[in-house]
Amino acid sequence: MGTLSTTAGPARPVSRTQALLNLLRDGDELAHAVTFAFAATILLITILLIYELWINSGLARHKFGFSFFYTSTWDPIFGQFGSWPFIYGTLVTTAVSLTIAVPLGIGAAIFLSELAPPKLSRGLSFIIDLLAAVPSVIYGLLAVFTLVPIMRSDIEPFLKKTLGFLPLFKGPAYGVGFLTAGIVLAVMTVPYIISVSREVLLAVPQDQREASLGLGATRWETTWKVVVSYAGVGIMGSIFLSMARALGETMAVTMVIGNQPKVSASLLSPGYSIAAVIANEYAEAAGNLHLSALTELGLVLLLLTLVLNALARILIIMTARKGSGVQGQ
Amino acid sequence: MKKPVLIVSLCLGIAGFVAAQGGTVQLQAAGATFPAPIYTKWFDAYKKINPKIEVNYQPVGSGGGIRQLIAKTVDFGASDGPMTDEQLGQAGFKILHFPTVLGADVPSYNVPGVNTSLKFTGKALAGIFLGTINKWNDPELTKANPGVKLPGEDIVVVHRSDGSGTTYIWTDFLSKVSPEWKAKTGGPGTSINWPTGLGGAKNDGVAGLIKQTPNSIGYIELTYAIQNKIEFGDVQNSAGNFVKATLASVSEAAAGAAKDMPEDFRVSITNAPGKTAYPISSFTWLLIPAQIQDTGKREIIKGFLNWMLKDGQGYCEGLAYAKLPPPVVVKEAKAISLIK
Repeated sequence: MGTLSTTAGPARPVSRTQALLNLLRDGDELAHAVTFAFAATILLITILLIYELWINSGLARHKFGFSFFYTSTWDPIFGQFGSWPFIYGTLVTTAVSLTIAVPLGIGAAIFLSELAPPKLSRGLSFIIDLLAAVPSVIYGLLAVFTLVPIMRSDIEPFLKKTLGFLPLFKGPAYGVGFLTAGIVLAVMTVPYIISVSREVLLAVPQDQREASLGLGATRWETTWKVVVSYAGVGIMGSIFLSMARALGETMAVTMVIGNQPKVSASLLSPGYSIAAVIANEYAEAAGNLHLSALTELGLVLLLLTLVLNALARILIIMTARKGSGVQGQ
Repeated sequence: MKKPVLIVSLCLGIAGFVAAQGGTVQLQAAGATFPAPIYTKWFDAYKKINPKIEVNYQPVGSGGGIRQLIAKTVDFGASDGPMTDEQLGQAGFKILHFPTVLGADVPSYNVPGVNTSLKFTGKALAGIFLGTINKWNDPELTKANPGVKLPGEDIVVVHRSDGSGTTYIWTDFLSKVSPEWKAKTGGPGTSINWPTGLGGAKNDGVAGLIKQTPNSIGYIELTYAIQNKIEFGDVQNSAGNFVKATLASVSEAAAGAAKDMPEDFRVSITNAPGKTAYPISSFTWLLIPAQIQDTGKREIIKGFLNWMLKDGQGYCEGLAYAKLPPPVVVKEAKAISLIK
């Protein structure tokens, strides 16, 4: 029948069921279909989540409208709900945690990837990865029993004495508050920054370093100007990963933030965050309006996360350039 | 490899199905977390007497219990606060309240240098939680505690951050003794807009904050205080006496209120009359539908309620709950016949 023997015989008309069965028996097509279904499920779950949050927050949205975002009263008895103190608390604690964790994390990652002997680097990295896996409740308990007393009796009075003229450090030192919550979040998110940044820094091609040294740069100039900027996008990704964790962190924050819906310039003041208030009040929410307001808070947090991640993406696109490890789209 | 796996899982499936048909009657219940330990003990003890009866109690909180009862996903509910008229209206079917045990809130504090039991008037507590009384050596406090050296430090207030029946009892008492409190906060609630203070999650959170923060004061459940051996102060009752919360003085509050108790038992017994009554006490209730279609379930529930009023009360002391006083038990026994 000709010199080439192919597995496909002459074309024969097949029924639709036969065609479907043929499709399923063929591994490639099946794998394609199944993995597509999995990917679609994730998208569907996200859409369902947003839909449910939207529907269940309807009562509060219709009652308060946009004033929900900027009013500060949270009163379940009088039925007045405003989310500003919670948005403020979430943003402040995340900002404090990033301010502490980013320099610490990047510095540690640079040390582990560029300057440390390989054995030390591998050992420390292993321990840091373990730290990332510790449940947040453990961090919370640790903070309540060790960090809070130290903050109240040593660190906060010290800050008040030296920097007390700044509005950032006014008011009584309770031990719990924005600063303590920010510190706990920093401790929890620093392993992510170190772990991802270290990987990205190690992935920078060796010829980049060699070329830089060949042109006469010092070791530190090479590390900072060439290696870190090449890995810049990846490092930024790790920072945004840790920011995402800090935004949604619930248990550890509610144990050390003081749980007072208050907006204050002082970092020593007790405050509240969106995740903390939802965790505290959802189970025993008094009435449908209260429940609806808490659901709307959940929607606000989701929106906040989406907006910040979108900004992160824009930042990455803007700063990605030729000669770096990632192509911006 | 495939065929044996299929056969084994089929067999397990059938076995499981058969086992589930044991013939036990399962009742679903959900509600308050405060009485959950004693309810669990009761359902367990009742199962030993009636092995075919199994009650599954989920301590999801009073609010959740009421919601699930209204939605008919549970056979009965439990709540630390009585259902409001609005909630009863939402239900669409008649719901009866049955008090089971008594709980109480106690003022716990941490004042360096003070090792005796402090006495608090209702006005003092209201002022402290409103933020109008903000130093420990305020006249309202020194007046009630002559001979105790109270420092001139700021009072740090601690309250519950999660919604709870404990908060309901505390705010109910403050609303009764202070018109200013009632006007500012709107009255009792499981979750309110606190004028001041730090929030701790559950009794442990509040107790922890109090222990760690000098010059602080907060409220915790009597049961929790007894079980964890936490010191607390005395509160002045409506007769003018400073009473320390004990299981006896809490039951006294219910006895004092028994005379004027409404038929449906939806009553607040804070600030109750009685010389030795503890003023910050409250019932916790089982919420039972008045009409239960299933004859088997109806008889089981009525049988359980009768058992609870007699033998069940015997378990209270061991778990640090205050039991119902005799006048209330008598009234309740009559009310059981209302379940049809």
